[in-house]
Amino acid sequence: MNPLAAILLRDMRLAVRVGGGAFMGALFFLIVITMTPFAVGPDLALLARIGPAILWIGALLASLLALDRLFATDHDDGSLDLLMMGEVPLELTVAAKALAHWLTTGLPLVVVAPLLGLMLNVDMHALGWLTLTLAAGTPALTFIGLIGAALSVALRRGGLLLAVLVLPLTVPVLIFGVAAANAAIAGPTPFGPAFTILCALSLASLVLGPIAATAALRHGLE
Amino acid sequence: MAVIDLANPTRFLRIVDRVLPWLIAVTAILFAVGLYRALNAPDDYQQGATVKIMFLHVPAAWLGMFGWALMSVAALGTLVWRHPLADVAGKAAAPIGAAFTFICLVTGSLWGRPTWGTYWVWDARLTSMLVLLLLYLGVLALYWTAEEPGRGARAAAILSLVGAVNLPIIKFSVDWWNTLHQPASVFRLRGSTIDPSLLTPLLIMALAFTLLFVTLHLAIMRNEILRRRVRSMRLMQAQEVHA
Repeated sequence: MNPLAAILLRDMRLAVRVGGGAFMGALFFLIVITMTPFAVGPDLALLARIGPAILWIGALLASLLALDRLFATDHDDGSLDLLMMGEVPLELTVAAKALAHWLTTGLPLVVVAPLLGLMLNVDMHALGWLTLTLAAGTPALTFIGLIGAALSVALRRGGLLLAVLVLPLTVPVLIFGVAAANAAIAGPTPFGPAFTILCALSLASLVLGPIAATAALRHGLE
Repeated sequence: MAVIDLANPTRFLRIVDRVLPWLIAVTAILFAVGLYRALNAPDDYQQGATVKIMFLHVPAAWLGMFGWALMSVAALGTLVWRHPLADVAGKAAAPIGAAFTFICLVTGSLWGRPTWGTYWVWDARLTSMLVLLLLYLGVLALYWTAEEPGRGARAAAILSLVGAVNLPIIKFSVDWWNTLHQPASVFRLRGSTIDPSLLTPLLIMALAFTLLFVTLHLAIMRNEILRRRVRSMRLMQAQEVHA
């Protein structure tokens, strides 16, 4: 089998089988969305207005949640050393791992987003567009988070450090994700520009994330 | 090559010891002149005496951004050329840059109270400076958590470069976000250009701030080199005790 496909399948199997990984993120997302009305009140008009923002914040936090496991478990059992010594360029290996991570943690968030949007009274016709922004934006969150995951495993620290490093870098993704979602729901600005920039951010992080993460791993674990 | 010569920490320390007293003296003189000129500068016809905050605020903002640029160059030095002093330079620049960014935010907020009527607005520039401060704090957190100086320095270097790529994007998106939410013209109280009577003191203050940055940077670099020496001497001593 193609080594990259093998890594992708292995990581996805691990994520699904160990500790309910894929399910946890979506569950956390659901809980964050459930807590919001308790904080801001059950006013449906208000919830509809801030719904896209809440969904994006929830997705951002949920995608951070599992990031520290991205390299930490492989580092602990030594398989990361094997991956680093392999013939496949480490950048591609890291990208395959990140893709597997997105498929098991990011994609479930996108799948449950329409349901959670309904709970927040987001306009039914806009739910599809809102989900589309999450589908386009969550890869950027994962691939930016990849850098933080590599840095924190290189320093053998996880948890809060990762969030502190990663969250400020995701400001543009959040801005354009929420802007595109709001444009689809209420206007008056068109959906296109914000959404295209969101896609551009995702594509750029798809390239830069693995390169920076690989540099962090090489320099940190040598 | 001057940069290569500086690679020897002992030689670097000797140069710093010779240069630092002069730098301190020139910085103090420039601050005295700049502050005197700033205090005697005419009040703004709209903002009154509060415009004097500008003489601290604007140079602090410039140097807050300069700090990250310096860290990025030092990061290249660490990762590409493996210059032995580059990681010391990067580490020394982080707290100063964070401090200047913080000063910029605090003075900006104090300036905002009388002019905008509130301590904090989600103005595009304020917000991007706040994100810059958060990025600085991230780098500092990285240094705090690193057990071994070299490892922490390389991690921070990578983060500096990632930040350098990201900062223009963040700046652009915050500007875009701000104009989408609220008209920027509200906050453009001052008209077109600054009057020379205000500009000259501002430039003197900017120069004074820059020299303060350089002075602090060299002093912190010196301290860091000495701290690392103390660390390795302690390690050697511990080995001798065991042997």
